[in-house]
This record gives sequence, C-alpha cells and structure tokens, in this order.
Amino acid sequence: METDGHFARKDLLGLEDLSSEEILTVLQAAKSFQEISRREVKKVPTLRGQTVINLFYEPSTRTRTSFELAAKRLSADVVNFTVSESSAVKGETLVDTARNIESMHSDIIVVRHPVSGAPHLLARIVKSAVINAGDGTHEHPSQGLLDLFTIQEHKGKLEGLKVLIVGDISHSRVARSNIYGMRTLGLQVTVCGPPTLIPVEMERMGVRVTYDFDDALTKTDVIMMLRIQMERQHGGLYPSLREYARLFGLNRDRLNRAKPDVLIMHPGPVNRGVEISPEIADCTRSLILEQVSNGVAVRMALLYLLSRGAYGKAAH
Amino acid sequence: MAEISDRGEIPVFRTTVMDSEGIRRALTRIAHEILERNKGCQELALIGVRTRGVFLARRLAAKIQEIEGTVVPLGIIDITLYRDDVSRSFPKPVMGTTDIPFPITGRRIVLVDDVLYTGRSIRAALDGLMDLGRPQNIQLAVLIDRGHRELPIRADYVGKNVPTAHGEFVDVLLEEADGTDLVGIRDREE
Repeated sequence: METDGHFARKDLLGLEDLSSEEILTVLQAAKSFQEISRREVKKVPTLRGQTVINLFYEPSTRTRTSFELAAKRLSADVVNFTVSESSAVKGETLVDTARNIESMHSDIIVVRHPVSGAPHLLARIVKSAVINAGDGTHEHPSQGLLDLFTIQEHKGKLEGLKVLIVGDISHSRVARSNIYGMRTLGLQVTVCGPPTLIPVEMERMGVRVTYDFDDALTKTDVIMMLRIQMERQHGGLYPSLREYARLFGLNRDRLNRAKPDVLIMHPGPVNRGVEISPEIADCTRSLILEQVSNGVAVRMALLYLLSRGAYGKAAH
Repeated sequence: MAEISDRGEIPVFRTTVMDSEGIRRALTRIAHEILERNKGCQELALIGVRTRGVFLARRLAAKIQEIEGTVVPLGIIDITLYRDDVSRSFPKPVMGTTDIPFPITGRRIVLVDDVLYTGRSIRAALDGLMDLGRPQNIQLAVLIDRGHRELPIRADYVGKNVPTAHGEFVDVLLEEADGTDLVGIRDREE
C-alpha cells in the first residue's frame, strides 16, 4: 500500500504552520477512525506496545479524557501525569520532568501547559512525538482540528464558509487554532466580542473584526461561542457578566435572526446563561456534544499519524 | 469508484496472466463454487478487502444474484489498522473506512481479495473481522494465488494459481479502478 507523504512531522504544536494538505490528511484519517468508536469492540491493535503520556499542567477533563480514550482505542498504553500529583509541585522543571518521562521510553507526549510555547520547548528536547493539548493563550490544535472536522461533517465542505467566533478572543487558544486552520483552508472568519477582549493582531491574521453581534450573526454559516474564562480574567475587561450576556450571549431571540441552517458550536465547558442560554446549548442545531465525540476520532488520527515505531525514529 | 482508484497508468507487463474474459470466467466459476459449498446463500455474506477486493466482491455478489436471484449482503474491510507493520512505518499509510452494514455474528463470511501472497493481509482481515463479531465460518476467495505464504493461510476459492518469484510483482487491474480488466506480472524494478 502507498504511504501518505502529506503528514510527516515529529510533533503537532499548532495549526499555524500546517499546510492545507496536512490538515485535510488529519480530517480524512479522522473520518476512518469515527467508525471504530461506534463498534461494540471499540479497539484496534494499531499502536499496541506504544506508550502515550498525558502531561497536564492545567486542569482538564474533556481534553485529557479524549486523548486517553483515543490512545486506548488504538491499544496504546496511557499514563496520566497531572500537576497536582506529580513532582512539579515539588519544584521540578518542565524539562527535567520531560526527560524523566522519556527515560521510561515514552513514544508520544501529550502536553498541556499554562505557558504559551511550553510544548515547543519540550518538542526540542525529547525524541518522543509531542502533541500540544493547549499552551497558555497560544494554540489548542486538536480542538481546532475537531471543530473543522465537525463543520465539514455538517456542511460537506469547508472552503468559502463564513464563521463567526464570539467572545474572549484574547485569551482563547481555541480561537487562535481555529483561525489559523480556517484561514489556511479558505474559510472566512469574523471575530466578535468586547473591544477589550479582541487582540490587535486579528486583522493581520486575515480576520474581520466586529463589535456588533446582532448584525454579524445574520450572515454567518457557523457561530462558535467561546467560554468566558473566569480563571484568566483579572477584572476590568468587561463591566459585568450580565452585561456580557446581554451584548454577546447567544439566546433564542438572536438565533431566530440567524440563517436557518446555522451551526452552533462551543468548545466547552459551557457557562450556561453567560455566553449561551441553556435552551440554545441543548437545541438541535447545537453541535456541542458532537464536537466531543468527534474529538476522540480526531485525536486517534493524530496519535496514529504521529506514532513511529522502531524504524520510524530515524525518519525525522 | 474513482475515489479509491490509485494507479495513474497501466504498467508494462512481462507476462499477461488473465485478460477480461479470463477474469469474468474465473469469477463465474467461483460464484458457483461458493453456492455449491454453502448449499445456496443462506446466511452468506461477502466482504471485500480494500481496495480491489471490494470490486471483486461486488462482481461476485452480482453473479450470485444472477444465479440464485438473491441479494447477498456486501461489506468492506479496511485492514490498515490491523497490519503488522503499520506502527513501524512513518509516514503512515492512507487508510479507508471499514463499512460492514450488517451483524456478522452467525454468518458464513466469504472474504474476497485480489492477490494472496504472504498471507499477512488476510491475517489482518481475519483479526479485523473477529473484532466485529463471531461468524459461523470465514472462507477466502482470491483472484490470484501467487504462493510464498509466510503464515498458515490458504484460499477456499482461487481464480488462478500463478507461480511467481519473490522479486516479481503481480498486478490486478480492474475496470472500476484502472479502466481495464487485466492481470499481469512485472519485475519489481520497473
């Protein structure tokens, strides 16, 4: 069988430098992996004998579980290192922790870290493949890929679609990964939120900026609501949650003015009643739970494409 | 089925093994043999191994329908994730999707592939099938058996036995993917 030359990387650190061919390769592989999660025996032997380490320096349920399930469905062995249990609280540096992990012969390290760029540092010093599972306010590439995958599943295409991303763009690594991926694949991206939460580099990234949610929502094919990140707010960026909800929250009234086939997405976890009203989060056009299911398939695709056996180690 | 076609041009063969008439007759005979051995098509299902096994399975299903007037369930298995060399290869092979739209438990499954060689792909397909259920039995139909088995696997239905050397390539070209029906042998270097 032929080999696929479109994805030959050691690491996945972000969507910024992925080509459209590489992104489409991941999406195509994810399509094949989707079927496995629907089987009675949800497991294939592909990565038997490989070790995946989930190295998480930030709390995460969804992403860590998703990577763990993805690895297990490919028959890899998975170890979860979380910061509260590990030696980081005893003062060990990221580099030392990574070197220790690799001494136990890991093959893939999935890392989440509060500092932007931490996975890039890791990727330079370890031989294992590194997957960025979220670094600071920089990128969250697997989330960007699963969002693209979910949109493609529903719209049958990606190029030319209009996407509106609403909320705290400044602190959102999800938004940043989505913007990079969407721009590469030819989607039209508009961001919307309070001016204090929209970073200046947006227009340079080829993204339109608007502060008028009511106007923008009528023209878009996809509305992606972002979580107001309480843990990253240090006050003063918007007057109150109530005002935020009134200006930038998605509710029934607003949805009625959007296109009838608009897709509603949210990377989770949802602040019900803040960025999205409960009835909308649960409505039929909301893809929130489907995003979660697709996340496992996309992460299986990433682990598959990045895994290297005995012969592959020298290939990069 | 242009979407799973992967050959650009027809290779130059040293020897032609089968032409389209030969392929047609072999598949007709195999269809009859399948029906004879299974005493009809009760509980029968065909599963093609991606890519060319799928086209052969479709043709066999059409023949069986001609002969018996019954539509036999048809499935597709992709063996990429079950191969014994996949975790060692980088970059990874392109994979397709397994699509078996019926429960296989209790069925008589005829696995269909184009060429039987080392037996490793069939081992992978068997493992894949076992993950999906417990068939009553699994039989193997191949268009070409070229020998050189590395595993204790044999075919139940063979279109043609073709003695080959290790260094040779056996190519099965099918109308659906390649625009023509032809089986030929060429040297590996070409």
